[in-house]
This record gives sequence, structure tokens and C-alpha cells, in this order.
Amino acid sequence: MIYEHSREGRRATAQAPLETTEAAGIPAELRRTRPPLLPQVSEMQAVRHFTRLSQKNFSIDTQFYPLGSCTMKYNPRACNTLASLPGLLSRHPLAPDTHSQGFMACLYELQEILKTVTGMHAVSLTPAAGAQGEFAGVAMIRAYHDAREDGARSEILVPDAAHGTNPASAVMCGYKAREIPTGADGDIDIEALKSVLGPQTAGIMLTNPSTVGVFERRIKEIAELVHAVGGLLYYDGANLNAILGKVRPGDMGFDVIHMNLHKTFSTPHGGGGPGAGPVGVSKRLEPYLPVPMVDFDGSDYRWLTEIDRPDSIGRLSAFAGNAGVLIRAYVYARLLGREGMHRVSEFSTLNANYLLKRLMDAGFDAAYPERRASHEFILTLKRQAKELGVNTMDFAKRLLDYGVHAPTTYFPLLVPECLLVEPTETEAKEDLDNFVEIMQTIKQEAENQPETVKQAPHTMPVRRLDDVRAARELDLAWKGGEQPSK
Amino acid sequence: MPFIPHTEEDIREMLAAIGVGHIDALFDEIPRELRCGELETIPPGMPEMEVSRLMQARARADGQPLCFIGAGAYDHHIPAAVWELATRGEFYTAYTPYQAEASQGTLQLLYEYQSMMTALTGMDVSNASLYDGASALAEAVLMAVRANRKSKSKRILLPRSLHPAYRRVVHTIVRNQRIELVEVDYDANTGLIDSADLETHGGEDFAALVIPQPNFFGVLEAVDGLTDWAHQNGMLAIAVVNPLAMALLKPAGEWGEQGADICCGEGQPLGAPLASGGPYFGFLCSTDKLVRQIPGRIIGKTVDVEGKTGYALTLQAREQHIRRSKATSNICTNQGLMVTAATIHMTLMGAEGLQRTAAACHANTDRLIQALTALPGVEPVFEGAVFHERVLRLPIEAKKALRALAAHNVLGGVDLSADYPALGDALLVCATELRSEDDIENYRAKLERVIQSQSQTPCQLKPDW
Repeated sequence: MIYEHSREGRRATAQAPLETTEAAGIPAELRRTRPPLLPQVSEMQAVRHFTRLSQKNFSIDTQFYPLGSCTMKYNPRACNTLASLPGLLSRHPLAPDTHSQGFMACLYELQEILKTVTGMHAVSLTPAAGAQGEFAGVAMIRAYHDAREDGARSEILVPDAAHGTNPASAVMCGYKAREIPTGADGDIDIEALKSVLGPQTAGIMLTNPSTVGVFERRIKEIAELVHAVGGLLYYDGANLNAILGKVRPGDMGFDVIHMNLHKTFSTPHGGGGPGAGPVGVSKRLEPYLPVPMVDFDGSDYRWLTEIDRPDSIGRLSAFAGNAGVLIRAYVYARLLGREGMHRVSEFSTLNANYLLKRLMDAGFDAAYPERRASHEFILTLKRQAKELGVNTMDFAKRLLDYGVHAPTTYFPLLVPECLLVEPTETEAKEDLDNFVEIMQTIKQEAENQPETVKQAPHTMPVRRLDDVRAARELDLAWKGGEQPSK
Repeated sequence: MPFIPHTEEDIREMLAAIGVGHIDALFDEIPRELRCGELETIPPGMPEMEVSRLMQARARADGQPLCFIGAGAYDHHIPAAVWELATRGEFYTAYTPYQAEASQGTLQLLYEYQSMMTALTGMDVSNASLYDGASALAEAVLMAVRANRKSKSKRILLPRSLHPAYRRVVHTIVRNQRIELVEVDYDANTGLIDSADLETHGGEDFAALVIPQPNFFGVLEAVDGLTDWAHQNGMLAIAVVNPLAMALLKPAGEWGEQGADICCGEGQPLGAPLASGGPYFGFLCSTDKLVRQIPGRIIGKTVDVEGKTGYALTLQAREQHIRRSKATSNICTNQGLMVTAATIHMTLMGAEGLQRTAAACHANTDRLIQALTALPGVEPVFEGAVFHERVLRLPIEAKKALRALAAHNVLGGVDLSADYPALGDALLVCATELRSEDDIENYRAKLERVIQSQSQTPCQLKPDW
């Protein structure tokens, strides 16, 4: 804990203004009487502490990180360096258009690139993350139905394998989320879908390729069925990396999509954000896009706000969303260019299919062995759990000991004992081969010395943590008193 | 190929292992008629050197004007160590700490962040961040509606002295859940929440009263009385605060008899650069009693199987990846990297550094106000105490004045005429600790010339660069 290094009276004063002023204009009853309990440490102590903390993390820069559905690919350094140019970092969000043309040019061009690569009619960059993009997307579906005085639509359909954000976003927009089952082949159960479609259907939220790692082959038919009852189609862009430059959500019949720029456009995940979740729409939803957006008349860029776009669902953050993330994505898009975008899907798919084949050859079970993998795939360790008593969590924890971040575990919920593996296009063949060897080693350990696997990890800063205690004896902040122990 | 390590030989071997002849065969499950062609309107790829040249030119084009705008985003000094550390790859390229044992760095840092935020706001608990201040307030409103079991209405009192963009964002996010936002007017003399207008809602059923400190005009609200009034009327008190101001002002947890119930706001003043409005981070703190209604990630301290201290995501039963449609919010990714920076920022500044910075901003804005109000016709709109912003009325059209100042590379504040037409030609101005006496004099001199020229002739000054 940083507070361990704290001593009363220690100051790191190089950071604060020299002069102490009284703030005489502030009346006594509005003032703070005791200083907040913040650490009192030197700059060097702080630097050491946070450097050491960073070393307790796995990250893309240090480990293979095949976390399915998260697209943990290399984050090019140029994106950070160029987004941190002084003119961009110091620009106030309310600076006038005369002092914003360079910045707005980047955003406008990013809007155009995203439009093209997704096949949508218009794009707004403002949602701050995927889940906020989902919220915006469903809110636009609602605005569309409301504008047509089609107020009886009360349900959003989501596959049982969907990300948890999908039903949660539907509920935030005042809809009921209704689950539809996935068939044995990984595609949506079309008969089940037909049985729940009706005048109450506001729309359907789909990820394609789906969260089970396969392409939804009957997407055209699904789009026709949903449109036929007056519903709209929402595309969750979590898996856009798999199809970039190959097939476009707009061409599949989707009305609204969000993109996760921190996945497909390689902006950093930052230990859990910031992300960016731009939304794209078909022509009929265009009036409802969230503001602000950037417009270009051929010579000048300008903001489009509530005044220009009265039917907009409105504003989602105080300014223009996670602008710095958008700049990083723009730089990435310019580095890749059109041919680079095709390569993203080609090599992420090549890596996933190669890794899947090698793991199957090594005796692991694919959840959908008859299907082509997209940019990710699911293994099920059901057999190992039953025969050896070593489950997916044990495999995941043991992988950490071998210096690999675990794939996503126990998601999607419908596949028992599953690992969702997404190698991404930036990993080399030898790193994939290494992963296969590690998985084989763990399998052998599970057969010969299962306790080693069941008690893993052994080499991390901590062993398995007591989650029950964390939730039952809540300790969410250090409140002073005894010096915290090491 | 940029960022793709495959050699020709790798590709051949991999395709052979899979048993297909070429990469395109891997897309054979996508119906042919859906496949897209070349993305012709996307420009071809550029080497880093060329992209760098382009971005340098773009950044230069926006200049680096002298900034006296605040209005929710403030130009503060950020210690050099903050972003040196936050952009270490181990922080920058990690993800949500789902594998706790391999994420103790991020998890412990978030626990330290929660500790610092509760210290600063005087609240019991903090989450690990939301998107920004405005969306954090929207989440706080939803939380209050869930948490206030005494209230049957889904109504919230929202003062007009709250940031207009925040009011719009709250409206966007809560409207589809049939939550009604009722506005409370401000007092035309003081800029404070109008107590007479507020009193008309006494005894009515509202889930919460939102209390900004400082408010959008920079004015310091009478937070004790407002908090007590809310509680006396069965409402929760939601504080919306500037976290830097909390180093100087009474923390939300100490407002009135019982303290605010929820405290949220914009974290940008704690180490995030202006950067055109983001990424920043929203913070949200509450009393212990409401902890199970908090949206977003929360980190708890616990022990491992050997009894060693460790940190983990906790109370996950509130969250979308477990509860799906019954979650407290749809939020998943938050603003982790910004919180990393904020934690390092608060550590390096300490209580005294933050307090000095806050006081220096207050004093600088005072200097600015004195300098500008010495000009004929320039006067403060509201009397009373402010933190580090104030509203000024100009003798000329505010929009034109700002345009002319900008042509001289001075961003003179925010024109309030669209959101608050009753205030006339009003500007919201701010001078943080970064504005020097020369900067303030520069603004004063430019404004003097602009006023002179605009009150005499309709034509504008020529830029002097």
C-alpha cells in the first residue's frame, strides 16, 4: 500500500505551487476543517511503488493475452505518441471551431473510415465505451419506434450466448430483454426465433461472428424475419476484428451497430478502459444519432449539436466522448490503410484456426468442431473436468504460472467448462505453438499430479484469493488507523 | 506487414496444418453474396513517418491559445511522473482484472484509488470509475431511484445552476426509464439554488435532490442547508463536486447533519489533460448503506489461501456479466487508465499539494476578476463566494467579444447566452494555477481593445499575429 510509505510531514513539493494562498474569499462554514487522508510520500517513493505495482500485472506488452472477446492485440506506440502531441493534449473541449480544425479533421475522417468499413450510412463517435454505444443504439431503436408512434414494442431479443451488456443495455432503455436459444451448431435457433417474433418486438441484438466464435450463416434470413415484423437489427461490434474488410454489418442488414475501438482499432485497454464505442446507423436511424458529430462543408469543419439535430437521442457525456481514444484509433487506421484492414481479419482468423487445429490435434475438445473458427474459438474442458477433476478455472490459473494470460473462462454460459480463445493477428506462429505446448503440459499435469493444477497459481504475487471473504467482510478503502501492513 | 509477424513460410505451414489452400478459404462460412469488395474510399496505409507528419500539422493547426475556459474541464499542472508511469505497458496494455492473481498491480492501485477518493469526498465507499462526470451523475440518479425505498415517485430535483451539458446527459440516459427531472431555478442575484423555488417542492415525493458544489457559475452553494432540506423531505442528497475543490471545501460526506448520500463528479482535474474533452473519468462514492446499489466495478481487499493480503473485484452480483438484465448498470469497461493517472496524481500532490493548487486557482480567478472588472462596463453577475470560476457581464455582445479575443489567441471563456439568456451578455471565466500574472494582463489588455473597438465601430480588430 502506498500509505505504508507515508510519514506525517513528508512533502513532495516539487509538484505543487510554491506559494500558499489563503483563499480568503471562501467563508469558514464552507471550508474543510481536516485535510483528506492522502499519502505523504516523496516522488521517488511514489515512482518505485507504482512501478512495482505495474510489475504485478500481466499485459499485452509482457505476455500472450488470448482473452476471448476482448481482442488483446498489440497497441502501436505511434498511436499514443501522436495523440499526445502538445496541441492535441492542451486543446480545451470548448475551444472555438477556429482553433479546432486540425482536431475535427481527424474525427471527421475517422467517421468516414468507420462508415466505409462497416457499410453504414452515418457514424457518431461520441459513445465512451462499447456498453455506452449499446445504450445509444437501443435508444435510437426506441426513438425510431416512438417517432412512428409504434409504442407497443416492448421487447429486445438477445441470444442466450450474448454479452451481459446486451440485456443490461436493453433494460436501461426501458425494454424487456428476452433470450433466444442457440442451436447445437452454434447458429441461432431460427424456429425459436420465429416463435418469439411479433408486434412486441422492438429489435434483436446480435454479435456476428457470435460469441461462440462462429459466423451466423443465416444472418440474411434472420434480418428478413425481424424486419418483417417491424423490428430492427442491432450489431454488437465486439467481434468486428474477425470480419474487417471481408463482410460489413450494413450489408448483412443491420440497422445500428457499435464498434469497440479498444478492440478492433487497437487503442489500449488501460487496465479496464478508457474505450470508445462509436455507433453507425442505416439511413432510417440517422436523425437519432447521439451528438456531437463533426460536419465538413468542403472547407471548414464544425460541430453538429442538438440545435442542428433536433431528433438526436441527445448527449452521452459532457463533451465529445473519449476524444483521445478516437485520435489513437484514427492514427491506427491511417497506419493500416485499406489493405491493412483486410489483413486484420485475415491473420486473426488464420491464427485462430491454426491454434484450434493444433489444440484439437493435441487432444482438446472444440465446442463446435464441425465449424470454421472465426477470430476466436471455444474449447470445452468438460471431459477433463469429469475424468480428472481438473476444471477450466484450474487450467486458467495454471496458465498464469506458465506466463500466459488465461483465455476468457466460463463465457458464454451455454458451453460447459469453456475457454474462449482469441489469439489476434499480432501474435507470431511460435507464440501460438508455445501456447499449445503449455496446454499439453498442463493436461499431463492434470493426469499425473492434479493437485499442482488445482492449487495453481504458484508463482504469482498471490495465490487464489478468497472471493467470499472479499464480498462478505467488505474492505473497500483504507481509512487510516494502524499503518497498513505489507 | 505492419504489426503482423507472419513470414511466407509461417503462412504456408499454418494453412497446411489447417488443411486449406489459402487464407480466403477460412471465410467459407460467410455467404458469398455478403462479401464486400475493396474499401476504396479508405486511404491506403502510410508509414509512421508520414502519419507523424500529418498529425504534427493537425496539432499545430489548432495553435495553443491562452485558455480562460473552465466549464467542467480545467487546465492544471500534471506532475511529470504521472503519465510516465501510467503509460508503462503493464498498466497501458492490461485489461479488466478478471484474473486477479495476474492483475494485482491494477487491483491494488484501484483499492488505493478508492481509499483516496473516499478520503477526498468524506464518503464511505467509492467505485473504480465511470465514463465522465456527466454520465456519473446519470448513474447516480438511477442509483438514487433504486435506493430510495421511501420514495414512490421516479422524480429527481435538478437545479438549473448545474452544468447544462450534465442536465442534457442525465436526460438522455434516464428518460427511457420514465424518470422525471424537475428543474429548480437559480437566484438571479446570487446564482445559488433559489430557495423559494425549492421550497415549493417541500413535502412532495422526490427520490433525490442534486446539489452541485461549486455550481456551474462557480458559485458555492449552501450545501449544509440543502442536504438537510433533502433529508427532511425524504430525498437522498446527490452531491456533484469538483474533486480538486474538495481539498479546500467541506467534503460531501460532512454536509449537513448526515452528509450527502451519493457524491459524484468529473475526475479530470486529478491528472487528466484537457485533450478535447476526454478521456476523463467519472467518480462515484456513497455511504456504506448504498454500496449494493453502486454501478460499475468495485475492488475489495481480501486474503489468499495462505492468508496473504490480495485484492479482487467484488460485489460482482451487481454487474452485467453476472446479473445480465437485472444488473445495476450496463457499464463494463470504465476509465481504468485515467484512474491510474489520478491515483498517482493524488499521491504526488498529497493533501497539501491539492489544497495549494485549489487555493491558487481561487486566487488567480480573483485576480482575473479584479483585472477585468476594472474595465468600464464589465461587472460580476453574481455576488458571493466562488471556487475558481465566475460569471461576468460585458458591455458588448459576448459572442462577438469571444470571437475577437480568439482571433488574438485568447480563449476568453464560455458564452452563456444560449443556455441562460436571462443573464444577458454573460461570460463564464476561469483562471487556473497555470495562468500567470502576465497571462491575466494579456487577457485584460486584449479585452479592453475589443471593448473599445466594438463599442465605437462595428468592425473587428485585425489579428495581431
